[in-house]
Amino acid sequence: MSDIVIQVENISKYYRLGLVGTTTLEDDLHRAWAKLRGKPDPTLKIGQEENNGDDDHIWALRDISFEVKQSEILGIIGRNGAGKSTLLKILSRVTAPTSGECRVKGRIASLLEVGTGFHPELTGRENIFLNGAILGMTKDEIRKKFDEIVAFSEVGKFIDTPVKRYSSGMYVRLAFAVAAHLDPEILIVDEVLAVGDAQFQKKCLGKMREVGKEGRTVLFVSHNMGAINNLCSRALLLEKGRLVLDSTAEETTDKYLGYQVVESAVATEEEINKRMGGKILRDFAYVRLKKVALLDKENNTKNLFDADEPIQISLEFECLQSVPDLRLVLFIVDKNDTPIYGSQNTDDTDIASKFSHIAKGVYKTVCVIPPNTFGGRQFYLSIHILYPKIEHIVLNKILQFSVKFKGYNQQIQYGGNDWAINVWPMLKWSLH
Amino acid sequence: MNDWDLIIKPKTRWFDLHLGDLWRYRDLMMIFVWRDFVASYKQTILGPFWHLLAPLISALIFTVIFGEIARIPTDGLPPFLFYMCGLTAWNYFAACLTGTSGIFISNAGIFGKVYFPRLTVPVSTVISSLVKFGIQFALFIGFMIFFSIRGSAIHPNLIILITPYLLLIMAALGLGVGIIISSLTTKYRDLQVLVGFGVQLLMYATPIVYPMSAVPEKYRWLILINPVTPIIETFRYAFLGSGSFSVNHLIYSNITTLILLLLGILLFNRVEKTFMDTV
Repeated sequence: MSDIVIQVENISKYYRLGLVGTTTLEDDLHRAWAKLRGKPDPTLKIGQEENNGDDDHIWALRDISFEVKQSEILGIIGRNGAGKSTLLKILSRVTAPTSGECRVKGRIASLLEVGTGFHPELTGRENIFLNGAILGMTKDEIRKKFDEIVAFSEVGKFIDTPVKRYSSGMYVRLAFAVAAHLDPEILIVDEVLAVGDAQFQKKCLGKMREVGKEGRTVLFVSHNMGAINNLCSRALLLEKGRLVLDSTAEETTDKYLGYQVVESAVATEEEINKRMGGKILRDFAYVRLKKVALLDKENNTKNLFDADEPIQISLEFECLQSVPDLRLVLFIVDKNDTPIYGSQNTDDTDIASKFSHIAKGVYKTVCVIPPNTFGGRQFYLSIHILYPKIEHIVLNKILQFSVKFKGYNQQIQYGGNDWAINVWPMLKWSLH
Repeated sequence: MNDWDLIIKPKTRWFDLHLGDLWRYRDLMMIFVWRDFVASYKQTILGPFWHLLAPLISALIFTVIFGEIARIPTDGLPPFLFYMCGLTAWNYFAACLTGTSGIFISNAGIFGKVYFPRLTVPVSTVISSLVKFGIQFALFIGFMIFFSIRGSAIHPNLIILITPYLLLIMAALGLGVGIIISSLTTKYRDLQVLVGFGVQLLMYATPIVYPMSAVPEKYRWLILINPVTPIIETFRYAFLGSGSFSVNHLIYSNITTLILLLLGILLFNRVEKTFMDTV
């Protein structure tokens, strides 16, 4: 007896793009008549092949296969349009696949969107019963869970008020509470944590973990990598309808975050020249940057660092003539362009003098950001090169890198998404 | 490994109807029935009394227009009672038909987000219409007693016993046609507009404001081709003792209903799988 509860085999789904349903009844009848006689579709334009037009069809899912074991919490991640929601829709039987087959053991309850099935005119109490029944509970099951649901949702006082008078937060809390108290063998949850306040989100995550511990299976889509890492043992990465990776949550989220680093860890001269801004001398240039690279301590280029490893920033530049005062400034900025960290070559008094009256030639300088500096986020490197009052070259966000923060103390489970902070150095604490 | 509870495949067989699911979700159906009933009368003053008032007003208007002004004969029955009888039965059929004809469109929000057997919605519409019928029926019986005390020639007879059967055919017919329309409206929205007209036209093609006996012989087939006609005629014959009762006509009605219902369920079953992609 195997403990596999979901088996997905070569699932594909395609959608027609553009206006669906613009065909007339007449066209449809022609088409049906032609199909009966085994003739090609007469309404297709000349040169257009059946079901094959690249322009007006899209494969939302392509040959997806995987298995899920009992009591596994499986995360599904991917960018918008990767097919995550389509996959969940097929598994929850809202829509049918174009080809392939899924086999499921046990009852599935899906929460693709919070609060569908609520009737605005009915009270909270009435809606709990309505929504519970829609999700497949019987009246007795709901009655048994009723108090728990109300307590979880924290809307106690308003339970006999029509839900149309609820605030959106109350609405969402009540809806999630109903779904979370279902007792299905398999729970499918689409990105529903985006709603509700932080405290409630945490409560929801906790509830889902509890569900997993009870031996039930959870499929969970989220853009919150912290939640995925925290909650799931395994994760799938979808990209453009295909299954790219099926691995541990950590590995999958790493790969996903890695994908988001659009640039490589090295900026070449060509790229630099394209992006160069600021005050640049065309005819009588002093300095030109040749190459920027991000390296780890073994000098491998990379752009996904662990928080506890150093980040080396290597700059290769050429002085086209001797420069009396060369200043290189590095800025680390976040995605909103806010500088959060900086350093200048002259900060290091040991070598500062080498940058005054630097002779013509090609140089390489390396700046090391010490380990245990950043929190788990994405960062961008901006570079300013100055010969004060003469030349000022600006390279904004020339490279991108991500830092993975796991917490400095391995004995402690660091909470939720709180590591998504820009700077988190390892500091000394004392207790008196 | 053969003990999967559910296999999701691109296409189901035509007769894969999952009728067992309907039974499993009976609580949901009862809640839908209750929702239809409760939700439509929140924030109204008269509440469920509208179910009494609406047919009363219709019957009164018919009495004035068709009875007093147009003077259409009513087989010697008090006109008010005559119209009331036809309307009570007709309203049930019409409610089943219009209620089920728009379900895919009006429930697209829920259908797109959560799975439950889609057939629960039309079936619960039929059941909640039955509740409304019950109210109107009680009203009708009340008037029947009132008129018979006043000495009108009313002859209820044993055919009354097949009333549940008549209701069943009306429900099945309304459901069948309704879900055919609802399945087609996912692609052709025009049908939804047509339903309103269609139901009204069909009412005039059914002997409700006139008795069968008042229809000229050469047009009678037109009225008889309508499968609702024999049901209404039988209903009126059973309770008021006028009109016609023909087993053959009833059988015709029965067969038409079965065909339409089967067609409807099959079509519905096809559409429910993918309608989210086209609606």
